[in-house]
Amino acid sequence: MNDKLFVKGSEAIAEAAVRAGCRFFAGYPITPQNELPEYMSWRLPEVGGTYVQGESEMASMNMIFGAASTGTRCMTSSSGPGLSLKAESLSCALGSKLPHVMAIMMRGGPGHGIIFPAQQDYEFAVHGPCHGGVKQFILAPSTAQEAVDLTYSSFDIADKYRTGVLILGDGFLANTIENVTFPPMKKLEDLPQHKDWKITEYDPNHHKLITSYFPPEIMEQENIKMGQMYEYWEEHETQYQNYLMDDCEILICAYGSTGRICEEVVDELRNEGLKVGLFRPITLHPFPKKVFEEIDYNRVKLIVSVEMAIPGQLVEDIKNYVARRTRVEHFGRSGGVLINPGEIKEAIHKMVEE
Amino acid sequence: MEIVYKKSSNFIEAGHSFCPGCSHGIAHNIMMDTIDEMGLAEKAILVYPVGCAANAMTYVKPNVVHAPHGRAPAVATGIKRCAPDKFVVLYQGDGDLAAIGMAETIHMANRGEHVTTIYINNTIYGMTGGQMAPTTMMGQITTTTREGRGLHGEGQPIKMCEMISTLGEPKFVARYALDNAKHVIEARKGIKKAFQMQVEDKGYAFIELLSMCPSNWHLSPKDSVKYMEEEVIKTFPLGVYKEEV
Amino acid sequence: MERSLLVAGFGGQGVMLIGKNIGYTASKKDLNATFFPAYGAEMRGGTANCSVVVSDSKICSPVKQELDEIIVMNDLSYEKFAGRVKKGGALYINSSLIEAKYEGDDITTYYVPVADIARKVGNPLVANMVMLGAYVANHEDIDVESMKETIKENLHGKENLIDVNIKAFEEGINLMKGGTQ
Repeated sequence: MNDKLFVKGSEAIAEAAVRAGCRFFAGYPITPQNELPEYMSWRLPEVGGTYVQGESEMASMNMIFGAASTGTRCMTSSSGPGLSLKAESLSCALGSKLPHVMAIMMRGGPGHGIIFPAQQDYEFAVHGPCHGGVKQFILAPSTAQEAVDLTYSSFDIADKYRTGVLILGDGFLANTIENVTFPPMKKLEDLPQHKDWKITEYDPNHHKLITSYFPPEIMEQENIKMGQMYEYWEEHETQYQNYLMDDCEILICAYGSTGRICEEVVDELRNEGLKVGLFRPITLHPFPKKVFEEIDYNRVKLIVSVEMAIPGQLVEDIKNYVARRTRVEHFGRSGGVLINPGEIKEAIHKMVEE
Repeated sequence: MEIVYKKSSNFIEAGHSFCPGCSHGIAHNIMMDTIDEMGLAEKAILVYPVGCAANAMTYVKPNVVHAPHGRAPAVATGIKRCAPDKFVVLYQGDGDLAAIGMAETIHMANRGEHVTTIYINNTIYGMTGGQMAPTTMMGQITTTTREGRGLHGEGQPIKMCEMISTLGEPKFVARYALDNAKHVIEARKGIKKAFQMQVEDKGYAFIELLSMCPSNWHLSPKDSVKYMEEEVIKTFPLGVYKEEV
Repeated sequence: MERSLLVAGFGGQGVMLIGKNIGYTASKKDLNATFFPAYGAEMRGGTANCSVVVSDSKICSPVKQELDEIIVMNDLSYEKFAGRVKKGGALYINSSLIEAKYEGDDITTYYVPVADIARKVGNPLVANMVMLGAYVANHEDIDVESMKETIKENLHGKENLIDVNIKAFEEGINLMKGGTQ
């Protein structure tokens, strides 16, 4: 297979996962990401891997639970409603410290939502969706190429911290076809072997038990370690794009597809004489909160959170981090209505005039 | 002196946590003895559910995966597909398998995963305190059917062997009881047969074990045996429901 | 260089294929391209559209409010999108189906009777290839032979349709070269 392709975002994620060493995939059909499992269904057998179509989102997630417990790099994918259904088992998988990767393409509203590009699940993914206070590592790629690069590294993050990594995207990312260059195929023997915990390693004196159920004292310790891990992530694992932030007077905050769209908005507004910059968080958890401690609030008079979400979701976090040190506004489209650079520009001009 | 019986070497030296008269202990003895006898400890991966059935997971020697409630069949599918040379046994109770995990159970059986299910049917939710299970007998009093099952739209007991034997892929489907020595010996033979099938990669086997729960039946162990013989076995007839080996 | 195009019509007219072929052929030439298909939400009446951006540098937004070029294949698309062509841009109109005439001289308009030509070629379903030919004829940076290869690749498994598709594509080019405007 060529390393360079003109390919759909969902398929790009799938191929990147295979090259990262993913050898097991289970999923349930749901739009807008069906091309991902479809791709895996023929691609995995080519490299000696396994694809199983689960009878439900829960079953698919639990197949990942089983596969991960054997130390196999594994993945599932779905959309917002699927994340709701997977949430129970996701909590168990995270609590049981099973490394795995999940790609979720958000939808446009509650319930069935709508299949078109939207970012209505930031709140749910970042501040949820698991019972028990457990969280996952969340990456929000903005282009197919970034999705490839992040998916490729996501398996390493999952292995390193024995955690779950969520690739959070939307219909834009899933369905846009664009140029992508793939990294090389990893050799399975070079990957972490997890001999100390995987259940396929037997030692009569060291019973291996994959569980998220512990007696109180141990459970508390587990929770403490979990909290320490999230703090460590925040210190060492945050990623974001700083596009012309350093001298900006107006700061746009946007992630994922909206982030790439806003990069264009920054260029055009600069041409029109406004000093605009872009902060695009790439890790949504851990969130690059520190950025908001380093901002010169005498210079930055306006922060605009641009999202494909109504009511705004990211904006609520930004408000928390900014803590009333400057004006914070939200501009969004939602419900699957496409957001475009022109209307974002107009909205910002209007905010400046106010 | 000849040793006529000893505890399976697959148990870690620790006290068990089952109530007096409970059949989980017997089921575990059979399971572990057979794993011993067939030399499978090293290859074995036990998938435990949520509920009393999971009580033993900390004192068995083979490796254990503790699945989310009802999802053991999906978890086992992931394990077996990634490690086809391993010996995978699911140990599930009736609430776990036939209520919250019904979809996973049916679909794993329908895919014919090369694993073995040991299904403990004691007609009640044990750990949570004796609520109605999908297998609760007509008229049986539980904490959620105070006047007996069947008066308020609870439906009738679900019979898993009968359902699973209608599917194409399962190769061995059988129901045994753990109420007396004769029945226990038969159950032991059935479990051995099912294990052997997995070792030979011959497909999916489903073993149902009718079990007693004196604590939640509110009967003495002795009366529980009587209830099993006189009532439970009539609703859930013993025998082999499907055999294509 | 960055060029944005929107292709719109109703389902079955092959509007997605026009856009995909343009994006893919550009990508073969080491240009960056994005293709974004849109069905539904912002659409009514079973119409579909796609946005294609071709650039020699990084592409930020795959969708635009105003576009350099728009191809409209039916009335509804004309009504909805004709006003979104940038000043100095171009509008390609399927004049076999769209009777309206664009008023104003701020953009260039091309009236292409794609369905009539497709019928002459022998298959009304290849109207989209006529439009593709008309579009390619106006763009020297899109290689005609490379586009023909793309068309053939898309017809893998339907080789019997290659000739009529290529013919339709060529007729579209000829029409433009002949100066129909």
